[in-house]
Amino acid sequence: MKKFIEGSYAVAEAVKLCRPGVVSAYPITPQTHIVEGLAQFVADGELKAEFVNVESEHSAASAVLGAVATGVRAFTSSSSQGLLLMTEVIFNIAGMRLPLVLACANRAVSAPINIWNDQQDVMTIRDSGWILLFAENIQEVIDLHIQAYRISEDHSIMLPVMVNLDGYILTHGLEVADMPSQEQVDKFLPPYKPLYKLDTSDPMTLGCLAMPEHYMEARVAIQKTQEAALDFIPKVAGEFKKVFGRESGGLVEAYKIEDAKQVIVAMGSIVGTIKETVDELRAQGKKVGVLKLITYRPFPKQAILNALKNVPEIAVVDKSISLGSNSPLYTDLTSAFIGQDKVSKISGFVLGLGGRDITKDSIKQVFDKLSGKQVDCEFIDVKKELLEEEYAGN
Amino acid sequence: MFGPLVAKPKSSRKNKTGSWRIDVKPKFLQKNCIACNMCVMICPENCISGKEKNTYKNDPDYCKGCGLCAFICPKKDIEMIPEGEK
Amino acid sequence: MPETKILYNPGHTACGGCGQAIAARLVIEAAGENTIIVNNTGCLEVFTTKYPESAWGVPFIHSLFENAGAVASGVESALKFLGKKEGTNVIAQAGDGGTADIGLQALSGMWERGHDILSVCYDNEAYMNTGIQRSGLTPFDSNTTTSPTGKESFGNPKMKKPVPEIARAHGIPYVATASVAFVRDLQNKVKKAISIKGPKYIQIHVPCPLGWRHEGAQTVTVARAAIETGLYPIFEYVNGELAGVQKIKPKPVEEYLKLQGRFKHLLKAPEQIKKIQEIADNNIKKYGLKLEA
Repeated sequence: MKKFIEGSYAVAEAVKLCRPGVVSAYPITPQTHIVEGLAQFVADGELKAEFVNVESEHSAASAVLGAVATGVRAFTSSSSQGLLLMTEVIFNIAGMRLPLVLACANRAVSAPINIWNDQQDVMTIRDSGWILLFAENIQEVIDLHIQAYRISEDHSIMLPVMVNLDGYILTHGLEVADMPSQEQVDKFLPPYKPLYKLDTSDPMTLGCLAMPEHYMEARVAIQKTQEAALDFIPKVAGEFKKVFGRESGGLVEAYKIEDAKQVIVAMGSIVGTIKETVDELRAQGKKVGVLKLITYRPFPKQAILNALKNVPEIAVVDKSISLGSNSPLYTDLTSAFIGQDKVSKISGFVLGLGGRDITKDSIKQVFDKLSGKQVDCEFIDVKKELLEEEYAGN
Repeated sequence: MFGPLVAKPKSSRKNKTGSWRIDVKPKFLQKNCIACNMCVMICPENCISGKEKNTYKNDPDYCKGCGLCAFICPKKDIEMIPEGEK
Repeated sequence: MPETKILYNPGHTACGGCGQAIAARLVIEAAGENTIIVNNTGCLEVFTTKYPESAWGVPFIHSLFENAGAVASGVESALKFLGKKEGTNVIAQAGDGGTADIGLQALSGMWERGHDILSVCYDNEAYMNTGIQRSGLTPFDSNTTTSPTGKESFGNPKMKKPVPEIARAHGIPYVATASVAFVRDLQNKVKKAISIKGPKYIQIHVPCPLGWRHEGAQTVTVARAAIETGLYPIFEYVNGELAGVQKIKPKPVEEYLKLQGRFKHLLKAPEQIKKIQEIADNNIKKYGLKLEA
């Protein structure tokens, strides 16, 4: 049913349709509406779940870990500092191979404290073994949460999935989107059947100490599963299309790149702005396009190489930076080209940190600079006068 | 497919900690035992068993020789003897 | 008992005479097979669950160092959702570090939300698993590696954090202390706790032969002396009211201190012993420990 809906409440409703049994909640801007939406559903009896108001994000993640380990589908959401606080639990959940879906409202990290959008928060956990999906618009926000449970709980995967939506831009933006029906979701998403769980009728021990003789294989297993997910994620997108009638999800989305001379690679809501800029430039005769990454982990190396093999100039646009090196997406993408016969010119650009506005002009700047000298990491729309602030001692 | 994650119950029994004993081991005299069960309860290894009076004994595969059973027996019916002795 | 029903199996790698090994076994045997255990990182989890060996015959999960309270909250909520909470016990257990220091937040949240969970603290009075470091429950003047005795130090300069009082202040229905000195009392308290709905807390004094520097065979002697000197009061708070106090004929604190290497530096420091005697006397007064003639 088509609805004019705010992104956070769209998450809450999509998650409600997935029938979680335990939801843990801790507020942090800008994801708070998600847990508030779920709280209201529970209070009105529309969602039959245990709603646990925990005392920190570390406990929010721990509580859903315990719930999934007991065989019940669970959900929580966080952002920025909250995600950083629960980092050790994030690694723990993936390490224990517990399926879970977590919504991350991407937001800048302290210090300085800033509540607006960029993607630095999720980048801190990109090594954790979680499957990381990025939504461009509110329709994708809805669809990816539903697909996330299906991907996560499949016995061939059993890895947690994080759905990333840009803070404020998607969480507080309103768009028209189709909210599926309960029947559709029930058809697509079967009940959670754990591979192992805490059950007094079949006791087992989870979370053992692994000595050097044993630990390594647990990590290798996750790596192999991430590789298997590269095939499984598109399969789930195909199943989704059969039930819901639209293309949604998968690894990448190519927009006007067939004959493009310049392509921007990006993730999240910024792709919407880039698509509009591409349309404008195309109308002026420029051959440009954008490759959207929907899945960031596992890194869809082959899909990217297939899409970009004939593109001479590639710009990576990232809303995050690995300080002291380049942006994470740039690092991942350039390494994909190692050993290839044809290596395009690849430049890296960082925009929009701390919610700095990204306009079509910003994107046009990127295409312009891409024509010039190759750069590894150039920041767009930087204010020189602020950089010159100094603190002299007495 | 997942590697080493889950351990099955009672699997610790594979580890015969009786090999840890160096000095002493308990000898259950089975003479004045009143079946109070204190030795069973105090054993950190849970390797003492028995039901009626004078039936209590330990499992030497697991006994670490800590001596708590001998200490706690109200009837002094357990003695710590050198490891080599019968 | 057929082998599969044994809830706590031998073959674990605890030190010989380990107080925590005794207490953990007594707790699970009192709670029974319909119990799920959530355990913080510490000696107990390390010596009972070294892959692929597990000593546990009940469902058991270890996650991190500080989150047993929160993971247990999730387990209990999941059981409620499944309609299976009735008849299934959930125990969140940890050492003194995992309870009083790093784990206190998660426990406080669990107590405040009123989950039907028994939290157990195995109090061996230091971070033993990492090699005997000082914790919030390390007693006054105890020699640990991060509160060592030296030319300018008598050991830990602080008192034990009063976790049973903190638990009681949360308004939970049952709080108790116990000891491996009195094994039947310990089991009775566990059984009583799990018969009550809501959050419960039991703090168990468990001597550590390695950390406290005494022989494994002395574990019960040391535990008894702690109680008999008034240094480890044994009591219950039932709905916030003091009950079930273990009365003693108080012995001087030297009777306890002299048994352990971690206090031996005090035997030449009568001023310090006086301070410790004060702690014991305050306990005796506060909890009414003295057995009247």
